[in-house]
This record gives sequence, structure tokens and C-alpha cells, in this order.
Amino acid sequence: MNKWLKLAFDAALLAVLALAPYYLSSYHLSLLGRFLAMAILSLGISITWGRAGILSLGQGVFWGLGAYVLAMHLKLAALAPGDMPDFMMWSGLDHLPAWWNVFRNPYVALAGVVLVPTVAAAAMAWLVFHRRVSGVYFALLTQALALVFSTLLISQQAYTGGFNGLTDFNTILGRAMIDPGFQRAIYWITLAALALAFGLCRWLLGTGFGKVLIAVRENESRVRFLGYSPAAYKTLAFALAGALSGVSGALYILHAGVISPAMVGVVPSIEMVIAVAVGGRSSLMGVVLGTLLVNFGKDTISSAMPELWQFVVGALFILVVTALPKGLVSLPGVALRLKSVVFKAAAPRALEDSKV
Amino acid sequence: MASPLLSVEDVTVSFDGFNALDGMSLRLEPTSVRVLIGPNGAGKSTLLDAIIGHVKPTKGKVIFKGEDITRVDEYKIVRKGICRKFQAPGILESLTVADNLALAARRHRECWRSFGTRPSPQARAQTERVLGLIGLEEKRNFLASQLSHGQKQWLEIGMVVASDAELLLLDEPAAGMSQDESTQTAALIQSLAERHSILVIDHDMTFVAQLAAPVSVMHMGRILKEGTLEEIRNDPQIAAVYLGRAKEVPHA
Repeated sequence: MNKWLKLAFDAALLAVLALAPYYLSSYHLSLLGRFLAMAILSLGISITWGRAGILSLGQGVFWGLGAYVLAMHLKLAALAPGDMPDFMMWSGLDHLPAWWNVFRNPYVALAGVVLVPTVAAAAMAWLVFHRRVSGVYFALLTQALALVFSTLLISQQAYTGGFNGLTDFNTILGRAMIDPGFQRAIYWITLAALALAFGLCRWLLGTGFGKVLIAVRENESRVRFLGYSPAAYKTLAFALAGALSGVSGALYILHAGVISPAMVGVVPSIEMVIAVAVGGRSSLMGVVLGTLLVNFGKDTISSAMPELWQFVVGALFILVVTALPKGLVSLPGVALRLKSVVFKAAAPRALEDSKV
Repeated sequence: MASPLLSVEDVTVSFDGFNALDGMSLRLEPTSVRVLIGPNGAGKSTLLDAIIGHVKPTKGKVIFKGEDITRVDEYKIVRKGICRKFQAPGILESLTVADNLALAARRHRECWRSFGTRPSPQARAQTERVLGLIGLEEKRNFLASQLSHGQKQWLEIGMVVASDAELLLLDEPAAGMSQDESTQTAALIQSLAERHSILVIDHDMTFVAQLAAPVSVMHMGRILKEGTLEEIRNDPQIAAVYLGRAKEVPHA
């Protein structure tokens, strides 16, 4: 596609999204905000899975870390100094743990939203990739991590709020969160974060780093024997995806007002990957649109028939993997090829005839 | 004798008790070609693996430019100036020919220095030079997957050259090539010897003859004989090894 046309499309989409608070109801704006936040995570999956071929089935962990860090801050911000969150008192804790208290400071919390998931992702990736574990084994490891993480959150009720998670946020930076102006501001912040992340990823894929990632997916040992350390490149890519996941999770709970273990476990982690696959994992715009589409689909279908969604998402995944491996963004190209097959089938024969 | 570029000293590599290399020694001088031949299982590819750090010797040392690289990580050995072409073409099929070479030609291979959007002028000049060398200028924007088998082999040789390594390890560079292509490859390797030291493994005696370089014969994980191809051909012990009658010939 023409470069300028592409840029014009990006700009038009951004404008349509930026004006959403003026034409969407408060309910739909909140939904759109959540899904735009999810799209930030999808960009990260596009870098790791779409480019470097690293499939993570546990991205919910890093998303959840970002979400919980901000949720801890929001819980503390709503309390008078010296008070403890209610669930801690019910669980018989007599003082606030120090690792909770550090996030009382909003700047520490903001830094934590990015750094905690980044460091966790980098540490895990380095340990695994350094030992040359990859492919399906890595996917299974991350899946196990998601299971461990959600189980841990549920079991440590005194520190995490258990199965119910953390909710009842009402102030941030001294402002009331139910204020309609606040909702709009959060929406625009989410959109700006997405646009920034999109720009960052697009730039990154054009650098040598982006080229090496593709090369690693293609032939890791050739890359190693050209003097690159695949483990280092993969670790950095995974850490970046972790950072984007953390930001995504934090922004999401500002719209949703709740974080719980059910949102970070195995099933949500797989849904994150499915949304990316549906859009087209190696196209940044594809994963953003795919995320919006799948999440709106989920919302619409599950509010009409709650038990139907799991079947639809499963069928969608099978359909995309088998029929459209490059996702919905490849649909225009496929349609064009199909058209040329149908309408120009006679052409080669005509050429042969003219030679005779 | 001048100090060698590479010196393999008494290297033994064991796999479950079997010695793939058994007290192997080899010296390579700068800007020279050396051909390594030997029957299947003689340890030729294992020797390349040991030099490049892919397998770690159980005994012995590999010295490159006076430095012991026996225990160094593979990618760090490459950065020191040794690059290998694999037996099966190991090119990056979803990248263009030029991108394949540019990736090999990048000087900054550390992760944190990879964020330039364009390769350095030196790397680009290197890419152009190698494109000319391997005769693929007109295919520069083709995907590597669109090349013929022979061209893929050349592209990988080109990548090894573009990496600017002083020592090139070529594992069967002419495998699967037509007679013409094979002749061109031999000429290419000879021209590369002006700047590089090259160790070639091959089976094809016509190709080996075209290289007109000293030959080392490997057998049972060590060097059996070194000399010109003519000397090797006329050696009864080597004929015996190749014909599988080693036991009938008393060892020299």
C-alpha cells in the first residue's frame, strides 16, 4: 500500500477515536477506553509473536502486574493515612505490608506500573532464552506462569484481596474518579498512550533491532553465527512487551474500576493472543483493529448469550489460523488475488494462442 | 614460521564416549585456502563446530589470533572474526538479498546498539561490494526464498564474507551446484583468499582440484595427511582409507 495513504488512514482513525467522547454514550466510551488499553498490550504481542516468533500464553501476568500496582495505589489513595484496606483487616493483618506502602506515592506507583512487569518479563525471558528454550516449550512455560500467578493471587487473600481482587477506587491524584470530565480525560490519556506505543513500535520495527527479530524467527542459529546474541534480542523484545502489558493493565482498570485474578489467568491470556491472531499478528494496525473487533464482539455476544462467546471465539481462532493465517488485515490482499484468479483465468491461454 | 591465524591444538571432542575429534591439530596462516577432505564421519563438520564454539572440546585448545577461544560463546567468537557457512543454506528467506547481506555486514551487533534505522556507511559499502562479488546485484531486492539453490549458496557465502571475518569456514560451498556454478564458486573462493583465510570442506574432487590449494585429509577424528591434491591422490594409505581397506595398509 502507498505510504501516504497508510499515514492518512492512521491519522483519520486517530481523529475518529479522539472525537469519540463527543458522540459515544458514557457506557460505550468506557468500553472503547478499555479496548484501546488492551490494544497497547496487543502491540507488544505483535512485536514478540508477530516478529520474533515468541508465543507467550501468559501475557496476562505482566498485564496483571501493571494493573495490581496501580490498584494498590488507588486503594491506598482512598484511605486516611494509617488506615488499612478493608480486606486486610478482615484477614486479620495488623499492619500494612511495606511492599504495599511504597505504592502510596503516586510517582512510585507510576514507575512501578512500567518497571515491575518489565523487570519480571526480562528476568523470566533471560533465564529461559539463555538456556535456549523456545517455541512450544516457552509457550507452555508462560501458560504455567499465568496459572501460578492467578492461583497465588487467590490464595494470598490478606495481601491481594483474593478472588474478589481490588476494587472501589474513587480518587486519583486527589480527583474524584466518578466525575464525567475525569472519564473523558482517562479516555484521551489511554488513546495518547496507544498512539505513542504505536509510534514506538513502528519506529522499532524499522530499525536494525526489528530486522534482527525477524531474522531470529526465521533462523535463530544463522543469526547467532553472524555474531548476534538471539537471547539478548528476544529478552529485550519480551521486556518491551512486558512494559506495554503493564501500561495496558493499569489503564484498563482506570476504565473498569476493578482488577481480579479471573482477569489475569490462563483464559484471558489466551484471549489476548486470539485477538492478535484475528487482526493479523505481524501488522501493528491489524492487531489494534483485531483487539477492538474481538473485544466488542465479546461484549455484544456475551451480553446477549453469555455461554455462546467461548464457542464463537474458538471457532474464530480456528477459522483465522486455517483460512487466514495473516489475520483480517490480509483480507483485502486475498480478495484481490481471488478476483484476479476468477476474472483473468483466461488470460494465460490467450497468450499461448497468440504464440502459435 | 609466522604466527598462525588459527591453531587447533590437540583437540578431542567426545560424544558419549565416541571421539568425533581425537587429538586433532591444525594450523591456518592468514590469507590462505585450506581444503579439508575425508570420508563420512571423519570429523570434518565437528572440527568446524569446535572452532566456532558450537561444541566444546573435552580436551585441547583452539587459539585464534593468539587468543584462547575454546570456552568463548559462539556469537562472541563470530565477533572476533570467524564466520561459518553451513552445509544446508542458512539464509533468511523472508528478507531480501540485500537485507540478508546488510544484517551480516552490521558492525554493531550488540542488542543495545541495534537501534539505528539505517546501516552505517561502511556496512552499506560492504553490502554493495559483496553483492558484486557474488553476482547478485540484479537480485538485490528479491526475497532470498526466490533464489535458485546455487544462488542461495552464494548468498550465504556472501553473508560470511560481508561479516568481514578474517577466517571463513565453508562447509560444502558447492554442494548441489551445477558444473558451471561450481567452477565459479571455486574462482570466488580463490579471489577471497586475498583478504581472508578460508577453510573449505568438500567431497567433490573436481571442485577441490579447481581450488588448487593445500589439502588436509581427516580420518577418525584427526589429520591423516597434508599435501597437494596430487600427493594425496598418489598416497596408498589414503586410497585405502577411501576404499575402506585401512587395516590392510600398515600405518606410516
